[in-house]
Amino acid sequence: MAGEMQHRRASAKERGGWWILVVCKKKCLAFENVQANGTDETCVTFVLLDEDHTLGNALRYMIMKNPEVEFCGYSITHPSESKINFRIQTRGELPAVEPFRRGLTELMEVCQYVLNTFEGSIKEYKDQKENEME
Amino acid sequence: MAAPGSDIVEEMRSRVVLGEFGVRNVHTTDFPGNYPGYDDTWDQEKFEKNFQVNVMNMMEDTLEFDMIGIDAALANAFRRILLAEVPTMAVEKVFVYNNTSIIQDEILAHRLGLIPIKADPRLFEYRNQGDEEGTEIDTLQFQLKIKCTRNPRASKDSSDPNELYLNHRVYTKHMQWVPIGNQADMFPDSAIRPVHEDILIAQLRPGQELDLCMHCVKGIGKDHAKFSPVATASYRLLPEISLLQPIEGELAETLKKCFSPGVIEVQNLNGRKVAKVANARLDTCSREIFRHEEFKNLVRLARVRDHYIFSVESTGVLPPDVLMSEAIKVLMGKCQKFLDELDLSQMD
Repeated sequence: MAGEMQHRRASAKERGGWWILVVCKKKCLAFENVQANGTDETCVTFVLLDEDHTLGNALRYMIMKNPEVEFCGYSITHPSESKINFRIQTRGELPAVEPFRRGLTELMEVCQYVLNTFEGSIKEYKDQKENEME
Repeated sequence: MAAPGSDIVEEMRSRVVLGEFGVRNVHTTDFPGNYPGYDDTWDQEKFEKNFQVNVMNMMEDTLEFDMIGIDAALANAFRRILLAEVPTMAVEKVFVYNNTSIIQDEILAHRLGLIPIKADPRLFEYRNQGDEEGTEIDTLQFQLKIKCTRNPRASKDSSDPNELYLNHRVYTKHMQWVPIGNQADMFPDSAIRPVHEDILIAQLRPGQELDLCMHCVKGIGKDHAKFSPVATASYRLLPEISLLQPIEGELAETLKKCFSPGVIEVQNLNGRKVAKVANARLDTCSREIFRHEEFKNLVRLARVRDHYIFSVESTGVLPPDVLMSEAIKVLMGKCQKFLDELDLSQMD
């Protein structure tokens, strides 16, 4: 399977046509990024399989907070297809994967902090209730 | 454009304004480059300084808390995940050995699917596609075997079905858990059961019987609503009511009537009635004041853009605070999945 994927990628690059990157994990494709001919790595549409507004909008917010990003947006291709087209265009020479990666990392950090704070507040509330009972 | 720090810019950034003919400043606009004089670049430290969670009320199945200092994009992601992506166990396959009741097999199967099952979904795996059998790590088995008979001790002239028949109402308490493999050792008795024991499944008459076997599997609400762990999960923004000028006398009483009970308080100051905002949180934001010409320019209605009042109501499968924690973890899992795949794709 992996060999086949590598072959596809190499030949697409040589042709200079659509440059399609398909990542394969446990037989299910979860992520691919598509780039049109003639453009550079600073304008990329990532196709996120099995995702919707939940991740799409949260990630778009995080990436739009990055001043190096000129444009970031997503669309749901069709209601019956469970995937989103996630577009990033950067200023200058920065490859679009960089803000994409940074957005994901920052979103993780935010979630981790929200989780810690939430669990802290819940524990505080429970302790307080227990004290009132005594 | 207005100068940085001016009231109008601050309002645009931090409040959703409820006007007479519409709602203004709905969308998040604090992105880098939008406002001269503001640095809107993402700053984790600044976020951590502002972010707060205040638990207002927690009961067995309900939770109300405030999440302050976060954007709609993230708050909405948590809400959506609670509804559709936190897994639970639910009846997925029903094997009907006998059903002579009036209710059809497929309707019965659908009803059984919607019954919340008390079982910690974190201890189970998803069943593989195409797997019909199931194993102890991905399946819970229940049996429902019941037959309705006449009550021999019923009085002759009675017309009450409760007296005339035995077992004529089938409830969730009649569902028997059948442990598979090592499940009997892993879970104590009565750990696995329907959340409520008094949900009516079917009604029978003498001679009618049900003989069913059910398989519960792990799933998410995106696939079918029966897997959703919440009865509802929603948020609203904190209302903000500002009185731009003192409102006194009879006007104060009229103003009080425009809002939900408890929002406006009429105080007596030196014999004069004066209106005061007591608790804006209770307001439903009805915009009733705009039907009164006299209030249009005296009151400003708004909502605080980054103050979310969450309300989570669990079906009883897991406590609501655990559900919220799980939802946050699901979002983290999504990020991790794509980061891993990025690493894989960039290795060569």
